[in-house]
Amino acid sequence: MTPIVFFVAAIIALGGAVGVVVLRNPFYATLSLAAHLVGLAVLFLLLNAEFVAAAQVVVYAGAVIVLYIFVVAYVGSTAASLSPPAGPGLRALSMLFAGALAVELFVAVLGTGLKAVDSEGADVALGFGSPGALGELLLTRFLLPFELATVLLMMTAVGAVVLARRRGGIEAAGTVTPAAPIPATLPPGVGSMKEGVGDINPVAEIGRLEPPAEAAALPASADEQSTEQEEQR
Amino acid sequence: MSIGWYLALSALVFALGAAGVLTRRNPLILLLSLELMLNAANLALIAFSRMWGDGDGQVFALIVMVVAACEVCIGLGLVVAIYRRRLPIDVDELRELHG
Repeated sequence: MTPIVFFVAAIIALGGAVGVVVLRNPFYATLSLAAHLVGLAVLFLLLNAEFVAAAQVVVYAGAVIVLYIFVVAYVGSTAASLSPPAGPGLRALSMLFAGALAVELFVAVLGTGLKAVDSEGADVALGFGSPGALGELLLTRFLLPFELATVLLMMTAVGAVVLARRRGGIEAAGTVTPAAPIPATLPPGVGSMKEGVGDINPVAEIGRLEPPAEAAALPASADEQSTEQEEQR
Repeated sequence: MSIGWYLALSALVFALGAAGVLTRRNPLILLLSLELMLNAANLALIAFSRMWGDGDGQVFALIVMVVAACEVCIGLGLVVAIYRRRLPIDVDELRELHG
């Protein structure tokens, strides 16, 4: 039973990994990564790492993938590259590097002197990999890395907010552009059915009633401010 | 299943992730390929943890997951900031910090 589960999960994980590298559309690549992560979670279960498998599904296949999907939807998958594509020589060279890396890792794994690699692993006690066992380790032997991880998460949250804020800062985004002043005496007919069907044009009427200098200057400056803000963004 | 199978799979996934980082130019795909490499390392850590019957590797894997989540958060924030400034989303174009 175990070999069947292993090979099915390994094929899912490998297929997902190939999909991430090969697929053109970032949306499909992200979904492919989700399949890869679920396959890996099954492998973690086979290795008696129940809590890590659960965290993998919840944190990775859940939260991180949702984050990716949001950004792919926001940025759009149509972002065509401007520079000409790299030549076949460069692509072949990078593939060669990746192949060499794979060969090197295989040599390291298969040629290892560790006898235990060929075994199914040491006998483990009941509760190995359970949340209780991991929590005990995290709060005793690995207390410092655990606390450092919380500091790292805090820094990340602050950094993400700084990166995602508007360029002009929070104050500039909150300022209200002054609207054009409403004249004290509205021309007759404003707000009536006559204006609704377009028989009179109150904007033109106001322009005729007001002194032209003031009426022209204020809306223009407001327009300039709004275009400036758009450029800042 | 012997531990060697898991390590071989981890090596394959790591090489695939490296190939993705080397060949693709969309920063989103680059981040996804980095995830692949980190996950391959996680699989190796957990396989070794099972091999020795010791929980330390699993704790390492959890910490790696925390670091990966932070990296994704900052990376995607950068992608959004690049998009907002109307710059091309292509790592070959974005090389002004390139020494």
